Amino acid sequence: MMYQLPNTLRNFAFALILIGAIGVIYGFLTVPTLEEVKSHEVTTEVAHQTSDNMSATASDEHALHVLHQLQNRPWAALYVAIFFFMMIALGVLAFYAIQHAAQAGWSVVLFRVMEAITAYLPFGTLLLFVFLIFSGLHFNHLFVWMDADLLNPESAKYDELIANKSGYLNVPFFLIRAAIYILGWNLYRYFARKFTIAQDTATDDKNYFKLFKFSAAFLVFFIVTESMMSWDWIMSLDPHWFSTLFGWYVFASMFVSAITTIAIVTIYLKSKGYLKNVNNSHIHDLAKFMFGFSVFWAYLWFSQFMLIWYANIPEEVTYFITRMNDYKIPFLGMVVLNLIFPLLILMNSDYKKVYSLVIITGIIILIGHYVDIFVMVMPATVGDQWLIGVPEISSVLLLLGCFIYIVFNALTKAPLLAKRNPFVKESEKFHYYNID
Amino acid sequence: MKTSTKKIHALYNDDEVLLHAIKEIREKNYKIDEVFTPFPVHGLEKALGIPHTRLAYTAFIYGFIGLIFSIWMMNYIMIVDWPQNIGGKPNFSYYQNMPAFVPIMFEMTVFFAAHLMVITFYFRSRLWPFKEAENPDPRTTDDMFLVELSVEDEAEALKAFLNKTGAVEIKLIEN
Repeated sequence: MMYQLPNTLRNFAFALILIGAIGVIYGFLTVPTLEEVKSHEVTTEVAHQTSDNMSATASDEHALHVLHQLQNRPWAALYVAIFFFMMIALGVLAFYAIQHAAQAGWSVVLFRVMEAITAYLPFGTLLLFVFLIFSGLHFNHLFVWMDADLLNPESAKYDELIANKSGYLNVPFFLIRAAIYILGWNLYRYFARKFTIAQDTATDDKNYFKLFKFSAAFLVFFIVTESMMSWDWIMSLDPHWFSTLFGWYVFASMFVSAITTIAIVTIYLKSKGYLKNVNNSHIHDLAKFMFGFSVFWAYLWFSQFMLIWYANIPEEVTYFITRMNDYKIPFLGMVVLNLIFPLLILMNSDYKKVYSLVIITGIIILIGHYVDIFVMVMPATVGDQWLIGVPEISSVLLLLGCFIYIVFNALTKAPLLAKRNPFVKESEKFHYYNID
Repeated sequence: MKTSTKKIHALYNDDEVLLHAIKEIREKNYKIDEVFTPFPVHGLEKALGIPHTRLAYTAFIYGFIGLIFSIWMMNYIMIVDWPQNIGGKPNFSYYQNMPAFVPIMFEMTVFFAAHLMVITFYFRSRLWPFKEAENPDPRTTDDMFLVELSVEDEAEALKAFLNKTGAVEIKLIEN
């Protein structure tokens, strides 16, 4: 059965895009000027105990600093949303490649859902690339290392650590790397889609085996580029700081959000009467992955924190000091959303097949991982001037609208069952012995 | 009323055949006393109509006890009894030292859940060290599946029926 995009869903997506776009533009237009920042600083001066001792120039410098952070805010909000939705599509692509490389049988009936979600990848990565070009052209100052003064020994702003890293962290190489990652991922997605569609009408399994090889090769490419992507696009926001497990940490966030999205889209389609072959056992398996990767995420979140906290090396520990001082609620709150909540809800085997619970937990997990990306990006870009306000929410709505439209539009392009996949029977009959 | 002391042992050599046979036997309302298998057969307890195990709840409770115990233990060892300055971390406050104890809390949770759950499982299954084996046929530890049924007068009919369900060997035990 072919999927028809309902008008209500399309209009809903367009409404999200429209509201989001208005909000984003509003966010850019309402960035305060230096005078406004200064007058605001004066009114809140009582709260700043140190401002009595501040000289006039120090106060001016502080106002300028706050201004830069406020100028960054709509950009950073947009960046978090762009990255978040791109990450979901990329995570689904990795999950999809794993299914093929492992020659998994259970998940075949979900393949078209996964492919549809990865249809967002070309758009999402392109948007991100354009954003990085804008950063490279200094339209925004999210990446401090792009400032040429930092590399100039004559300048007052000279930063030896960043200067030493400039062989890797420079705008041309940064963009070339981004182009390589994006091209590689999209190439795999293009061929994967082509082969599975061809497999639908094929008389042999040639396409299937080709896809198996492509998937295995892609996974090698993916795990390297995913790690480097996380250094480039997120870790370099704090160019002094480094963490050796950062790639894994971003991966955990990406993967759990991706699997959650697969579960949510699948349950939505089932509730509309599609995907007849998907049964409770498939949802149960997806929920097991959601549970498992939530714990995996927490493990990495804590591992990264504890070693740095214990060793207490100044240039490492600043990362967490900013987060504990200025971002305490989101930084600790996301552990409740991303670990405690899914742990307690999805621990019971029976709950993993209750659609409403999977949806509720899924939404909580997605919010939690948005907050996770938020806490990765914001401290380095807007510092203590953060707020989840109009720019942040509208950026999410804008990209969510695009995501919904592209994903559900892609679902209409092919039959919802990959009917000539050699494992399709196994998947249709898939039954976890312990549930009804 | 005279109670039956006769038993029938039906042996099968495949777990799938066994599951089908159990289904058929239960449909005919014969009473199965016990099934002996060389390995855990998925879906067997459901086929036998045994209520779902509550072992998972005990695992949660044991894990929780382990978590509480580890919190108490680390507080006693590292804060109360013999405070040690490790890496300059505050040794007078549990709360400020807590991240260092998280791995121990995790391990204790797992340790308690795993060990106490195994012990509970042994208790519920009436197993303990040096216990005499109960399985009536040593082949059930190798490659055979044995279904034990109580039988009253219709032994011959039951034997014929079991034969049809795919049993490879049927023995009538009188004692």
